[in-house]
Parts: sequence; C-alpha cells; structure tokens
Amino acid sequence: MSDLWQVFSTGSFVEIVVLSVMVSFSATTVAAVVGLPCGAALAICRFPGRRALTLLANAFLGLPPVVVGLALYLMLSRSGPLGTLALLFTPGAMVLAPTILATPIITALVHRAVEGPWQEYGGVLRVDGAGRLRSIPILLAIAHRPVLTAVLAGFGRTISEVGAVLIVGGNIAGYTRTMTTAIALETSKGDLLLALGLGFILVGISIAVSAGAFALGEKKR
Amino acid sequence: MKLPLIVPLVLTALLAHAGLAAEATAPATITLASTTSVDNSGLLAAILPNFTKESGITVHVLAQGTGQALATTARDDADLVLAHDPEAEERFVADGHGIERAQIAWNDFVVVGPRSDPAHVAGGHDAIEGFRAIAAAGAPFVSRGDKSGTDALEKRLWRAAGIDPAAIGGGKWYRDIGGGMGAALNAAAAMDAYTVSDRGTWLSFKNRASLAVLIEGDPRLINRYDVILLNPAKHPVPKQAAARRFAQWLVSPEGQATIGAYQLDGEQLFHPSAAAPK
Repeated sequence: MSDLWQVFSTGSFVEIVVLSVMVSFSATTVAAVVGLPCGAALAICRFPGRRALTLLANAFLGLPPVVVGLALYLMLSRSGPLGTLALLFTPGAMVLAPTILATPIITALVHRAVEGPWQEYGGVLRVDGAGRLRSIPILLAIAHRPVLTAVLAGFGRTISEVGAVLIVGGNIAGYTRTMTTAIALETSKGDLLLALGLGFILVGISIAVSAGAFALGEKKR
Repeated sequence: MKLPLIVPLVLTALLAHAGLAAEATAPATITLASTTSVDNSGLLAAILPNFTKESGITVHVLAQGTGQALATTARDDADLVLAHDPEAEERFVADGHGIERAQIAWNDFVVVGPRSDPAHVAGGHDAIEGFRAIAAAGAPFVSRGDKSGTDALEKRLWRAAGIDPAAIGGGKWYRDIGGGMGAALNAAAAMDAYTVSDRGTWLSFKNRASLAVLIEGDPRLINRYDVILLNPAKHPVPKQAAARRFAQWLVSPEGQATIGAYQLDGEQLFHPSAAAPK
C-alpha cells in the first residue's frame, strides 16, 4: 500500500491522469463532431448507400481495437505511407486511435436516438419549412438524453481503450503513458495492488465524467 | 485544371512542414526500442536521467520484447535498439539493418518454478538436465512464445536437450501463452508452472506466489544485453548523432558505473559489460 501512495503523490502520476483525460476528451470531441450529424443524417436523409452506411456503423460497434491499432501503426510508421507526419509514438497518434473506435459508436447510437423523434415530429418540422439538414440540430435537442448516452458511450470507449493506444502510443514513460497502459504495465510487473488502485481511479474518473454530463443534461431541461 | 494541381502541392507542403516541425521542435529526443527487462526492472528509469543531464538528450523508451524491438527499429520507428538475443541481433546486423553492436551489460536467466517442485529440479545448475526432468514429469511449463530474447533462449535450451516440447503431451503441460515476461510469470504463479525468466525481471516481480528460483548458475543461462545503431546505408537515420552519443555513453566508464550501481532491495541486477564473462 505504501507503494500506492508513493505513486499517487508523484508528478508522473498526475501527468498520466492528465494525458488519459486529454486523450479521451479530444477523441470523444472529434468523434462527436463527426458522429452526431452523421448519425442524425442516417436517420433523416434519404440517399443512396444509406442502408450500407447504417449497417457499417453498427458493425463497427465491435471494431477490434488491436486491429485498428495495428492498421494505424502501419500507416503512421516511418516506413509507412504517413510516416513523414512523425505521429507514431506521440499523443497525437493516441487521439487518432480511440477517435476511430468511438465514431461508429456515437453514429450508430445517435441514429437510433433520432429515428423515433423524426417519425414523430418530422412531418411538423417539414410543414414548418425546416429542411432535413436544418432539422438535425432540432432533433438532436429533442433527443438530447439518448444522444448524451451515445456520447458517454463513446467516452467510455476512449477512456478504457488500451490495445490500440499501446500499439500507436508505445507506453513511453512521461510522454505517452496513460492510465490503461500503466495498469497493463503494473500488472505485467506483478504489482497487482498498484494496478488495481490505478483501475479504481480510472473508474472514478469515468463516474465523475458521467455524473457531470448528466448534471449538465438535467440543467438543460 | 488548376485545382487538381494545387491539391497534391498543398498536401506535399503540409506533410513536409509537419515532418520538419517535428524535427525542429524535438531535436534532442531519441527513441530507444528496448527489451522489457531493462525497463520493467527500473534500470533505464534509474540511469537515463544521468545521460539526459549530461547530454541534454531525452530518451523515449519503447519497452517491447527483443523480437518486436528489432522489428520496430528495422521499420525506422526507433533510433536505436537495446536487445538480448544474440542470434536475432546477428541476423539484424547481417541483414544490413544494424551497425556498431556493443555489449552494455549482462546478468543471467533463471529457471523458476513452484516450491512443491514436482520435477525435482531445485538446486540444479544444469538447465538442460532440468528441462529434461520437467518434460519427463510432464510438469506444467509456461513458454513466452513471443520471439523475445528469453523465448529464444528457452527454445535453444529445448533444442539442446533434444526435446520438442510442443510435440509432447498435446500442449497439456507445455503452455505457450504468447505474452511478455510479466504475463508469463503471472501465469506460472497462477498455475504452479515452471518458466524461464531473466534475473532482472524476476527480482523486480512482485506477484511471485509460490514461485522460487530452482535452477541457476549454468553458463548457458548467461544473458547479455547489446545496443545496436541503425545502418545509414539502409535507413534514413535522422538522429544518428544523438543515438550514437547515447550508445557510447552506455559503454563509457560513467555509463558502465551507473549501470553497475543500480540495485533493487540491495541486489545488483545488471553487471557492466566490462566485467563480462567470455
């Protein structure tokens, strides 16, 4: 247990927590910016390929992180097609991976969340002269509770991600080490108590973010 | 006509700019692909601040198994590699990827297993004899199976013993877990199995349960750590000067003294290579 306190009181621990939160907030933000309008558009708009896209978003709910990590690694590797970006083993690459994982989650869940309200209010909205695209923000506002859940599901995916960020981040001490990769590392060192302690903190952060989001959602109502 | 021409131009400029910016903002950072044992045991964390203080160069450590570390470096994703598998290292150099391979430290491997010791190998100093006894007893044995330096040594020992463990007993006792040293030790602790560990990881490992060192002191269990630079004839090596400075520091009197001074619970984990056995 003394080890636990030692770790929690060091600057590197704070660094790890801050990086974890920054990475998953950035990834969730990008995934939401893409996923919210895309999910709503899938529910509202009629265009060729819509069914295929819906199917794809739902299929990618179970996208294996280790495959995404490996594909990104090959792309970002110095000898890969995007090697000149020098992104591999940087926090930037660590944002990219969970973004790819969270986007289909938010898209698919928002699609479902908006479908009902669109059937209910779509006619009225169109009578009022709102175009399909202009209806998107209105419907997202109407369905803001399930939409919030969709974003939180995306956040959950990003904060708990370990396979992909390990491959593209490299778990470099003081640079790309996050809560999840630190937990994996401490487990491999046999320091199971410390790993579990870090795990509790990670769950605590998740709960705090959810609670904060729900409080905001309630206020809005 | 104008637009299609501009797009690739802008893209190229952006990409080049990103590459240059990365070089310009971090001139004093090199990436070391390293075997896990020197990192998990705390050695690198203990010695790197000394090097950084002296040179101003920050070293980012990617802790991977030796096989993966060599592959990462061959893809130009690290500036130099620290490994402990002589055969794989020789191939890396022979294939034209590496130059200036230098031994920086050594210690030894140990065969660990449950205190109950169903194969009765405790106290032995002959790894081959021990392996034969474990196979004959059909006692659980955890193999890394990840092409790491330790995995390569284990496979060499089985070959020397004239045993193909995977072919005997249908995987009932010989369990290839495909994981790192820590994962293998955790697995061995959980199923009262034998396994091979480097001494550094073993000494720093905290979940030993009923495991203990049963075989040690066989010259075949010597574990040498080498640093290798990338070959500029085959690789772009943008940070070769800084990488070489680090490699040279590791074998310098100060670097060697720093390595030798690292202790965990009063035990020296790595011996400087100057004192290496021939």
